[in-house]
Amino acid sequence: MTSNGFAIRAERVSRQYRMGEAVIRAVNEISLDVGAGEFLALLGASGSGKSTLLNLMAGLDRPSAGAILALGRDLAAMSSEELAAHRNRTVGMVFQSFQLLTRMTLEENVELPLRLAEVPRGERPERVREALQRVGLSARTKHRPTELSGGEQQRAAIARALVNQPQILLADEPTGNLDSKTGEEIMSLIAGIHRPPSGPGRTIIMVTHERQLAERYADRIVTLSDGAISREERLR
Amino acid sequence: MKLGDLTELASRNLREAVLRNSLTTMGISVGVASLVALLSLGVGLQQLVDRSVARAGLFDTLSVRSRQSAPFGQPGGGRRNPRDGQEFEPPRPLDDAARKEIAALPNVVEVNPEVRFTAEARHDPISQLVMVAGMAASSQNSGTLDGLTGHFFSNPDAEEAIVQGDLGKRLVDAGQSPNSLVGQEITLRFAQRQALPPPSQQAPTDAPNQAVGPDEEAMGFSIVPSEKKFTVVGVTPTSEAGGQVGFNNAGIYLPLSVAEKLQVVQQGDLRDMSRSSVAQGTRYAALNVRATSPAAVAQIETSVSHMGFAAFSLIDVTRNLRTFFAIFDMFLGIFGSLALAVASLGIINTLVMAILERRREIGVLKALGASDRDVRKLFFAEAGVMGLAGGVFGVLLGWAIGRAIQFATMIYLKRQGMNPPNIWSVPWWLVLGAIAFAVVVSLASGIYPASRAARLDPVEALRYE
Repeated sequence: MTSNGFAIRAERVSRQYRMGEAVIRAVNEISLDVGAGEFLALLGASGSGKSTLLNLMAGLDRPSAGAILALGRDLAAMSSEELAAHRNRTVGMVFQSFQLLTRMTLEENVELPLRLAEVPRGERPERVREALQRVGLSARTKHRPTELSGGEQQRAAIARALVNQPQILLADEPTGNLDSKTGEEIMSLIAGIHRPPSGPGRTIIMVTHERQLAERYADRIVTLSDGAISREERLR
Repeated sequence: MKLGDLTELASRNLREAVLRNSLTTMGISVGVASLVALLSLGVGLQQLVDRSVARAGLFDTLSVRSRQSAPFGQPGGGRRNPRDGQEFEPPRPLDDAARKEIAALPNVVEVNPEVRFTAEARHDPISQLVMVAGMAASSQNSGTLDGLTGHFFSNPDAEEAIVQGDLGKRLVDAGQSPNSLVGQEITLRFAQRQALPPPSQQAPTDAPNQAVGPDEEAMGFSIVPSEKKFTVVGVTPTSEAGGQVGFNNAGIYLPLSVAEKLQVVQQGDLRDMSRSSVAQGTRYAALNVRATSPAAVAQIETSVSHMGFAAFSLIDVTRNLRTFFAIFDMFLGIFGSLALAVASLGIINTLVMAILERRREIGVLKALGASDRDVRKLFFAEAGVMGLAGGVFGVLLGWAIGRAIQFATMIYLKRQGMNPPNIWSVPWWLVLGAIAFAVVVSLASGIYPASRAARLDPVEALRYE
């Protein structure tokens, strides 16, 4: 389900914060279309507004002005419950610092979105197993995140993001905490999710400041600067 | 999120900070224990009173008297205005016909005359003025005869007596036990009615004021002193008060039918003689009516009043007693709840700490699709689980404290030479009520932390390290 072939559409989106007397314009009237099945890389220096834009697309934050449409639905018009359902089923999120719950095993971490989606208990083990198998962690299901390497933790986080089969994967610097070799592995995994050997692909929006990775894997690079789009490059 | 998942996650979260959550739960347990302990004491004392009154037959008994009570001129007498006509209706006599009519009322178990009189009890060479009462066989298990030495009357017509312990002490030589009276004879001297023969058989008299009633057959009686010997078959224990105490108690009890046959002058006999409406047959000063249950007493009381008699029961008195215990229990509950109120602060503190510690986790949950309501419910569930566990342990602790106090009370009362009663009761409604109360208090305590957790900004929360 898309709107005119767009997975995400941002229309003159702004996000401002007040810090005392000052007003910080983290995102300033950005308009951007992300096509269904596209791999978009958001590039920019720290504080350029790329993570803020990603959070707005994820429904973790609400814009101060403008609109964001995900699969044709305006996030700003959604209730808190609808926005939670959007985060649970429409998008999957991957973070730089993995954000796995350390007191849970991998399979329990991956099961969390299924619990929130009220998936019947009987269906969950199979879906968890499939998700972990897809990221190559079938043998580590009973391990806790602290017992895994950074790469394995990020793979577990990707499994968790995909377990509810969302159409859009939002990744906020997924390789930021990894060495280059492990970063390459994770990017290969994400690329595989974008264009799997079989079955439908997914829309990927990835925040990064590693231009080389973006150029190698993304279909398009959008560079942000001071909360606005400064450059747009179509690669494929 | 479904309830099963919520409970599972909540229990899991509580297990993570096991020491802190256990201490908080213990706080709830102590609060519930104090509530259960105090209310159990209140309930136990109320049941003790109820049992005592019920065993004495006070709840299921009412006393019926004729309305011809106080005469005009005496306090309370002649209250009705003679002009309204009602005063001139003759009051209904409490006679055999009335007794049968009352006995036929629904829910009436038995109707016995009240026979009480003053007599001189003699156990040579000692004599003592004493109140004598007739006792029905149904009163055998009432609390009056608790701790009886000897036995109850061998049959309803046996010329036997049961002596109250304190009276027994006065009838025996110094140093002797009142129980030594069992098997011995005592003599009762009392005022007896003797019916007068009809006028035709009486010697002619010149007395100008000879009383002549409307009924020639009812010629009245003379009063003569009379004596009768009784074998003592039982002695009740001496009381702390040193004498006969309580409702319906007496110094000497005789079988009711034996006491009736003594034809002792009853209160009201002289008054009845002075009225023109003298009835024939047996007249009763009062009848004791026993109902099938205390609940039936009010209905019988109404029926008896409609029949034209004055009825009195202790239901009204016990109503006040119940009101007293309701207020007593309420205050005990309030004091007991204070500890639970303190414990609720512990819950708030624990959950607020949990929010600070699990800030990032709340952010992750929201990023994965948890709504504000899910987060609120999760913290509510944690508070509820603590409340439930605290409630269950608290009830067990309260029960144990109660048993310990009961045990200590028994030892103390036994050392004081008293019969230790059961002053402790933990009914099911208290167990379930205390657990439910603990859960409700815990949930109420969780409102603020849960709302605070639900309001957390996920972006801020995810940045938290």
